Amino acid sequence: MNILIKNGHIIDPLQRIDRVGDILIKDGKIKELIMQDAGYKMQDRKIKDHESDSRIIDAKGLYVLPGLIDMHVHLREPGFEYKETIKTGTRAAIKGGFTTVCCMSNTYPVNDNASVTEFIIRKAAQEGYCTVLPIGAITKGQKGKELAEIGTMINEGCIAFSDDGHPVMNSLIMRRALEYSKTFDVPVISHCEDLTLSEGGVMNEGLMSVTLGLGGIPAEAEQIMVFRDILLAELTGGRLHIAHVSTEGSVILIRDAKKRGVNVTAETCPHYFSITEDAVKGFDSNAKVNPPLRTERDIKAVKEGLRDGAIDVIATDHAPHHRDEKLREFDMAPFGISGLETALSLSLRLVEEGILTMNQLVEKMVLNPSRILRLNKGTFKVGANADIAIVDINKEYRVESERFVSKGKNTPFEGWVLKGMCFLTICKGKVYEW
Amino acid sequence: VLTNKDLLGIKELSVEEINLILDTSAGFKDVLGRDIKKVPTLRGKTTVNLFFEPSTRTRTSFELAAKRLSTDVINFSVPTSSVVKGESLIDTALTVQALGADFIIIRHSSSGVPHLLAKKLRVSVINAGDGTNEHPTQALLDAFTIREKKGKIEGLEIAIVGDIAHSRVAKSNIYSLKKLGARLRLIGPPTLIPKEMEVMGIDIFHNMEDGLRDVDVLMMLRIQMERQGKGFFPSTEEYSRNWGLTLERLSLAKDEVIVMHPGPMNRGIEITSEIADGPRSVILEQVTNGLAVRMAVMYLLAGVKK
Repeated sequence: MNILIKNGHIIDPLQRIDRVGDILIKDGKIKELIMQDAGYKMQDRKIKDHESDSRIIDAKGLYVLPGLIDMHVHLREPGFEYKETIKTGTRAAIKGGFTTVCCMSNTYPVNDNASVTEFIIRKAAQEGYCTVLPIGAITKGQKGKELAEIGTMINEGCIAFSDDGHPVMNSLIMRRALEYSKTFDVPVISHCEDLTLSEGGVMNEGLMSVTLGLGGIPAEAEQIMVFRDILLAELTGGRLHIAHVSTEGSVILIRDAKKRGVNVTAETCPHYFSITEDAVKGFDSNAKVNPPLRTERDIKAVKEGLRDGAIDVIATDHAPHHRDEKLREFDMAPFGISGLETALSLSLRLVEEGILTMNQLVEKMVLNPSRILRLNKGTFKVGANADIAIVDINKEYRVESERFVSKGKNTPFEGWVLKGMCFLTICKGKVYEW
Repeated sequence: VLTNKDLLGIKELSVEEINLILDTSAGFKDVLGRDIKKVPTLRGKTTVNLFFEPSTRTRTSFELAAKRLSTDVINFSVPTSSVVKGESLIDTALTVQALGADFIIIRHSSSGVPHLLAKKLRVSVINAGDGTNEHPTQALLDAFTIREKKGKIEGLEIAIVGDIAHSRVAKSNIYSLKKLGARLRLIGPPTLIPKEMEVMGIDIFHNMEDGLRDVDVLMMLRIQMERQGKGFFPSTEEYSRNWGLTLERLSLAKDEVIVMHPGPMNRGIEITSEIADGPRSVILEQVTNGLAVRMAVMYLLAGVKK
């Protein structure tokens, strides 16, 4: 059965398409694009033919976007299946409009060797709703001491490398990683945190942390490492991708580095442009995330970075946790926000605020991740995989974590009324309606 | 009357509520001066001291306050509890509630624990110190003591000396004394005073002599030995030389200055024995007042509609 998406507002920046049209899908691939321009009437007969043997999806008044790509998620499998599994995590992705997710290496065992990579790929092929691309560890056991077998993991399907929440503190090892990875043209993704400076910290350092009596993580803990890694990228020519940028200082450092021609890209997450450290008030552990929520000033800078291109990507850093783990002493609760099912709505606010155009949003959530990871995705060119998110930007709804399909109900956006959500997702030839 | 069933911190109290507690405390102080020091006010109620951090002084004070009000008291301390068996905080608290507690007095090394429990429990939660957040009853007994000695709080020059950054006593006192209209100064090394406090309209002094001039009330904080070797200051000896309270330094303050300390003291480090035992010291009166204030808090919380 073919699928015919009719009357949707199609956005495909790669083909410079930004208008209403129809998309015909056959065998999970884009078969034909019919734009509603001057020649549309002429093709009336052909469209009628398509309609007769297709499942028709009426996308009138809706946006038809290339399936979103989230280059930073935690699927928790293997090892922490009580928090999330590949099955539940990819289902949450689909619900959020994502058709590709890249899963971080901090599983148990750590994805630092080809057998773990192979396990993830196989499990995702069997149970995954969307495409899963693993990110391997930079160092063995994420211990920051010896390089993991990067080349072997790439052969098995890894697309980037990161020690994620266990940043490589040893500058020499980080230098080697940036050098060695050049062989394979893959990015090294850095969670920038000077662990000596952030020690004991559980939220942003400032008046709020003092007032709540919680350990602070200064912005400088992030910025010192952003600058170190930029310098190492400059030294080595390696490809550096900065994960979850949260501070004004980081945005400035990255912007300057790009001007100098350093091989650096960067991502931020919806929570870093949506909420401040105020969310921690009342000791809400659902607002405990690393890097921590910052200030209005940082939000402004992150938005400006997205607008002017200093920040290339919006990723979720989807970090699901079990409710019992979050229902603890604030100090002891794990860091992380379950983000896949709110990311698109929160990001659409940027379009509403006029910070990004719809085309630019697609760049941040589809094209740039695809480019950075060399995925060759994110377009409706004939023959491409039909990864599609149909989005209703006017649909209002209330965030209720109990209705998340992710196992992780940990969101600081509980009860928020958001506008704009994924109406339907097409991935691997299947249609998911919400 | 108080508005919340819990006493979580001074931050959460209005000026009226603070004054109500202080006024009520005065009545209970009279009771404590009688031959028979017990009142039947809360007979049949149950108080559980849930202390996740070692404490003798505060726990004993709460225990005695609860007993003076005729409640039954149970002490639930970590080494003898199921917490060492890996039970979660919430489960422990729910168990205590299910046993029929009316008041849970909680001390914990993590900030925000009383707030978490208050949200999950029906009973009254009283914060007896959480992490580096607050220790509200200490601040209330300090305010009570100042008011008793000076007749007022508004307009007084009050200095707090020492490890402000890690002190919940200092935090609660800052909120309370500011609400009550005192002028505050903090004295200590920059490593132990968050610079953010300047935003709150508080004067910060790193030089002890400068900070002591013309103060009415001097609150000394205990210097924690474990801060040594963490880069906050090189040694307790050097700390003492710069920020220890000596008679010579005390002479810079107003003649009628009172010296306070929440205890336990490190004699010879943050305060000399001559001062601790001297005429300006109100340290033992603070302890006595603590009982009255804690009785007042429990009495008032018992009257809050749940």
